[in-house]
Amino acid sequence: MSALLEVKALEVAYGGIRALKGIDFEVNEGELVALIGANGAGKSTTLRALSSLVRPAAGTIRYRGEVTSALPSYALVRKGLALVPEGRGVFARLSVRENLEMGAYHRGDREIGKDLDRVFGLMPRLAERSTQLAGTLSGGEQQMLAIGRSLMSRPKLLLLDEPSMGLAPIMVQKVFEIVQTVAREGVTILLVEQNAKLALELSSRGYVMESGTISLSGPSAKLLADPKVREAYLGEAA
Amino acid sequence: MLAALKKNPAAKWLGLALVVIALAVLPFAVEAGAGRSWVRIIDFALLYIMLALGLNIVVGFAGLLDLGYIAFYAVGAYMWALLASPHLSANFPAFAAMFPGGLHFPIWILIPMGALVAAIFGVLLGAPTLRLRGDYLAIVTLGFGEIIRIFLNNLNAPVNITNGPQGINKIDPFSIFGIPFNKPLSVFGFTVPSVALYYYLFLALTIVIIVITLRLEDSRIGRAWVAIREDEIAAKAMGINTRNVKLLAFAMGATFGGVAGGLFAGFQGFVSPESFTLMESIMVLAMVVLGGMGHIPGVVLGAVLLATLPEAIRYTVVPAQKMLFDRQIVDPESLRMLLFGLALILVMLYRPAGIWPSPVRKREFATAEKAGKLEPEQYPDRTEASEGARL
Repeated sequence: MSALLEVKALEVAYGGIRALKGIDFEVNEGELVALIGANGAGKSTTLRALSSLVRPAAGTIRYRGEVTSALPSYALVRKGLALVPEGRGVFARLSVRENLEMGAYHRGDREIGKDLDRVFGLMPRLAERSTQLAGTLSGGEQQMLAIGRSLMSRPKLLLLDEPSMGLAPIMVQKVFEIVQTVAREGVTILLVEQNAKLALELSSRGYVMESGTISLSGPSAKLLADPKVREAYLGEAA
Repeated sequence: MLAALKKNPAAKWLGLALVVIALAVLPFAVEAGAGRSWVRIIDFALLYIMLALGLNIVVGFAGLLDLGYIAFYAVGAYMWALLASPHLSANFPAFAAMFPGGLHFPIWILIPMGALVAAIFGVLLGAPTLRLRGDYLAIVTLGFGEIIRIFLNNLNAPVNITNGPQGINKIDPFSIFGIPFNKPLSVFGFTVPSVALYYYLFLALTIVIIVITLRLEDSRIGRAWVAIREDEIAAKAMGINTRNVKLLAFAMGATFGGVAGGLFAGFQGFVSPESFTLMESIMVLAMVVLGGMGHIPGVVLGAVLLATLPEAIRYTVVPAQKMLFDRQIVDPESLRMLLFGLALILVMLYRPAGIWPSPVRKREFATAEKAGKLEPEQYPDRTEASEGARL
């Protein structure tokens, strides 16, 4: 099976600080892959590089066989690579429906309405609040909206940046259920999370990041059982 | 009332007809009631509406704080002044040889050219500031405005292009179809004064600009501007080419400024750098903010109020003081700034979204008030995202 996303020896530096020190990983078609790690491990930087928000200092990113690091962010969406930014990034002063419509910004086909119904079907809460301003939604609803908005672009690969950040546990559960449903519908997902336990339970494979490198990788079940992971991320004594 | 209008097309047309008649007779009514100088003030108010609508695209729609907007007005005005006055021919023999009759371009060329040249300057300002937001952008745009003004002040040596602080005079008055605008026009024995002619011209262009802005607001481009204002990273993630869309905002905004500047030059017959100070930029920004940022009727209202009220003060304060104290105690200019400051404070306290905000903004402020404060959950942390963008 060919990899949908293939990252080789990726390095990113902010000024003199090397945030990524050469990482390799891949995401295959139809997979849900988790990228976990503590604060400052370089998870978000990885996603920023994947969505061309920062330029890599070295290494290559291949998406469907094509090197993407020279492409601008806005061109990636058209190729089916969608990012749900950290901190959700909903358009606070637009309504829920307008936010979702923005997700289909680059599309000109006639099936946008159908996709809108699909998102509303997936997240009935958004349907109830479709005319409300996005800024007035709760954090969990905003996260749902951000995911729904990215689905409007009909992504092949969805990059999720810490969807559980700042949410109440019950909302985290709901958001993760949605992520799972989206994955079952055939969207490949790269999930970046601090909540290691939930992310590993949901995903099939995982990578553990530590200060700019990938320290562990393997099937999620194995990582969940790994004593080092349990110690570092799940708060258990070794 | 609006709903009733929608149901009843006849009433809608009647209302429109009434507005048209009111706008048509306005200069005559004002002249009869308050004198010709007030018609002139209304002409200026129309110019300010154009300026405010242009700035509203940059500040209100795209959320890019621009403190040097008056520079585009200056560019438009000077371009018009140079192409429709004897200045260039008098200073450059080459021009005199090329145009033996002097440079006198018609309005049909000058207006689009003013728009184009200002748009180019808009892109020139926009390109180096693409990565800046908020305070940083404000400082750079402020500098840009001052640079343009200082250039105008000093470009009289070694070659005299702008004639420095003295400015350029003897600018051709408008003329359309051979009708000069600086003389009263007699139509069937009915005399239309020069200021009223200008009023109709400015009104027509203001309406064109209002229609363009209204159409832009709900267009794809308008939505892209709003998306950038709300969250730039998310806008990129939607597939918006944020660079081009931002440059377009600067260029569109500058276009309106350039057109208004050209009209100003032709109307005054004289331009000098003094008309394009930082204070003017701030006034236009205040019109946008006080009226209701991003809401076109609000911005128009803000421009009309801020352009006419200071004049009203000028005309009432001195006689009032003479009557009360037998002498003038406060000069109207300083009183103007005092009242202006007071008005700003009152509006920010009681109508924080502007005098006539868009329904959306009003709702937003109402919710924030109800919650008692701006909760982080309602306003997702955007500093984090913008900080990342700066890195």
